[in-house]
Amino acid sequence: MSFATTSLDTGMTKQPHSSTETAPGNMRRATTAPLDIETVVEELKELPQPVGMPLLDDPKYHTRDVSVFYNETKQAIFNVDLDIGRNEVIAMIGPSGCGKSTYLRCLNRMNDTISGCRVTGELLLDGEDVYARSQDPVLLRARVGMVFQKPNPFPKSIYDNVAYGPRLHGLANNRAELDEIVEDSLTKAGLFKEVKDRLNLPGTGLSGGQQQRLCIARAIAVSPEVILMDEPTSALDPIATGIIEELIDTLRQSFTICIVTHSMQQAARISQRTAYFHMGYLVEVNDTNTVFTNPEHLLTENYITGRFG
Amino acid sequence: MNTSSLLTLLLILGLLSYYLGRKKSLAVSNGNRGQHRLHSLPDYYGYLVAVWCLLPALVVLLCWNMLNTPLITHAVSNSLPPEVHAVSPVNAGLVMGNVKRLVATRSIATETDPVQKAAAEKYLDLQAFSRIARTLVVLALAIGGFLYGWKRVNPQLRARNQVEQVIRGVMILCASIAILTTLGIILSVLFESLRFFHAVPVHEFLFGTHWSPQTAIRADQVGGSGSFGAIPLFVGTLLISAIALLVAVPLGLMAAIYLSEYATPRLRSIAKPALEILAGIPTVVYGFFAALTVAPLLRDLGGMAGLNVASESALAAGLVMGIMLIPFMSSLSDDVINAVPQSMRDGSYGMGATQSETIRQVIIPAALPGIVGAFLLAASRAIGETMIVVMAAGLSARLTVNPLEAVTTVTVQIVTLLTGDQEFDSPKTLAAFALGLTLFILTLILNIVALHIVRRYREQYE
Ligand SMILES: Nc1ncnc2c1ncn2[C@@H]1O[C@H](COP(=O)(O)OP(=O)(O)OP(=O)(O)O)[C@@H](O)[C@H]1O
Ligand SMILES: [Mg+2]
Repeated sequence: MSFATTSLDTGMTKQPHSSTETAPGNMRRATTAPLDIETVVEELKELPQPVGMPLLDDPKYHTRDVSVFYNETKQAIFNVDLDIGRNEVIAMIGPSGCGKSTYLRCLNRMNDTISGCRVTGELLLDGEDVYARSQDPVLLRARVGMVFQKPNPFPKSIYDNVAYGPRLHGLANNRAELDEIVEDSLTKAGLFKEVKDRLNLPGTGLSGGQQQRLCIARAIAVSPEVILMDEPTSALDPIATGIIEELIDTLRQSFTICIVTHSMQQAARISQRTAYFHMGYLVEVNDTNTVFTNPEHLLTENYITGRFG
Repeated sequence: MNTSSLLTLLLILGLLSYYLGRKKSLAVSNGNRGQHRLHSLPDYYGYLVAVWCLLPALVVLLCWNMLNTPLITHAVSNSLPPEVHAVSPVNAGLVMGNVKRLVATRSIATETDPVQKAAAEKYLDLQAFSRIARTLVVLALAIGGFLYGWKRVNPQLRARNQVEQVIRGVMILCASIAILTTLGIILSVLFESLRFFHAVPVHEFLFGTHWSPQTAIRADQVGGSGSFGAIPLFVGTLLISAIALLVAVPLGLMAAIYLSEYATPRLRSIAKPALEILAGIPTVVYGFFAALTVAPLLRDLGGMAGLNVASESALAAGLVMGIMLIPFMSSLSDDVINAVPQSMRDGSYGMGATQSETIRQVIIPAALPGIVGAFLLAASRAIGETMIVVMAAGLSARLTVNPLEAVTTVTVQIVTLLTGDQEFDSPKTLAAFALGLTLFILTLILNIVALHIVRRYREQYE
């Protein structure tokens, strides 16, 4: 194991998870529960069970009883059970600070880079334990790409930005293959036409929307299986946002996409399933359509009708 | 009243006028049933009145003290009997010197020459008069200034803005003192160098390969017999600097990377100041460390390996200088590496890069301009360093690039040219100024390049 990998492991102690398999359908319908938010939140804390359809057959990601601690006292995620399907776009919504990013970052072990952060529970990617000792987080992140809220192209040329991952993982045997990967990724990200004459200029010189698409191209250049996106359009204008939303829809053919968003319209437009988080608890998961038209949980209903968050 | 008690009195007056000005501002604002609200906070009126009280008085005090002695000397000298001046102008100067000595040592009574005695008494009288007049004028100005300022206090007075102006003036004054001093130093070095270049042609100095200022002064007073070639000195300087940088740059850079990327915050908070202690060690300590410990060690090691290492070698001086430069390199590089945004690291980790890959491929390239800036600052430090090389590198101005031999540097030669009793118009001493000027231009260019690069780096993430 390389030096960097071991150092990334510090602070992580995977604890044996309790394998309490809980049956879905523990319903607390908004209509039957008392209509007092504090009571509902208390209830949630007592029995952290999402309503709706959190579990799937043959999922891409299978996560059970996931809890995340930033330090001894601060727990950011409480016992989340959630499955993520193959080639689906799942949107994660919820008020600010509810732990969407934290949960997302568990999926590719980006939380390892935060010292003191501890993840417990069971996370399986295609049945493979993500947090197993034998799992190499560096290789895992090649399988699970990530796009961040603020476009963060490296201060290198556009070409080198996209070629970064392939070079790292030795995906191209020669320059011609690398050229092909770069062109292919840029094309998939819908950026190739705009930048084909200036591949050697710095990626930081592009517009914000172009930079974000460059970051998407960079992520898909290593042919990941899953792409995690943390508010990928929150720094962009509506037109750039629209382009990226279309892009996500086409990318769904080849990737599983988890997207955190603050825009409920966006979640409704691009996702097949939606997960609603509240104060570190997963509250409700269902078909996007159902969540937005007929939410089961009072907290979800309040959030999507704009009563808080 | 002497200067220090006058200053104390002025200070008291200043405090008093602050207090009174503040009080008056409160009085005028209250008297009008709050209708005329003060433009500024009462403190500002206090400051403003204090400034009016102190500023003119202090300026006059300063000028008076500067002009006092020359004016009195002039007056006494003019009053000397004509026959004293008749002998020669120098004679009058000598007499005046004696008079001043009499006054300073209070031995007028014992003086036998009536002319000098009378002059000394006149000098004393004038001094006493000047002192009284100074006290009166300064105090009058202080009180007058106070009254003027105090009268002006009214709710419409923009005291806050005027105090701002005064503060600005003080800042400008301080800045110009620093700049003017630098300018003065440069000009004096420049003029002395020009005098040197009258005796020794520029090209001979810049491109000559033989340096031996001693023989020049003995051969003839004009010098310029081709022994002022500075090339060996500059080669020596560059050789030692290169060795020092070869030590400091890799060590400093690695240390910086370790501190900023690998070390825990706790370790970093201890290790970084510890490294910076290196920068606080006086260079003379490094110097004798180099001369007494490192140089003999190198000689013995060389002896074992069958190499002939001089007891004073460029290598010893360069190694120790390199140690001295590590904190410059590490501290500055650590800062620029830390300035690389976390999002760059996240992006790279997110692509599946390890930590060292991230450092090599993203962080170092992003921080490179800043690191180059650190390198150039360390380089100009190395070129200008004196003490270590004086003690450890030797004095022989040999043209060599062999680090095992003794070499000499520009700074060492400046020291040897100017220490001891020297005539200040021989080419030998003037050569020091020429060397200083050349060195100054060299480091200036390096610094400008460094600053330019550092600035370009700053713009990158804004
Ligand atoms: N590095 C950290 N150290 C300690 N606490 C953290 C850290 N990062 C996040 N938290 C805390 O964990 C909780 C969840 O944070 P997270 O960033 O996951 O929220 P989020 O849902 O992504 O919010 P937003 O919508 O504002 O991005 C918050 O209370 C936050 O304060
Ligand atoms: Mg977030």
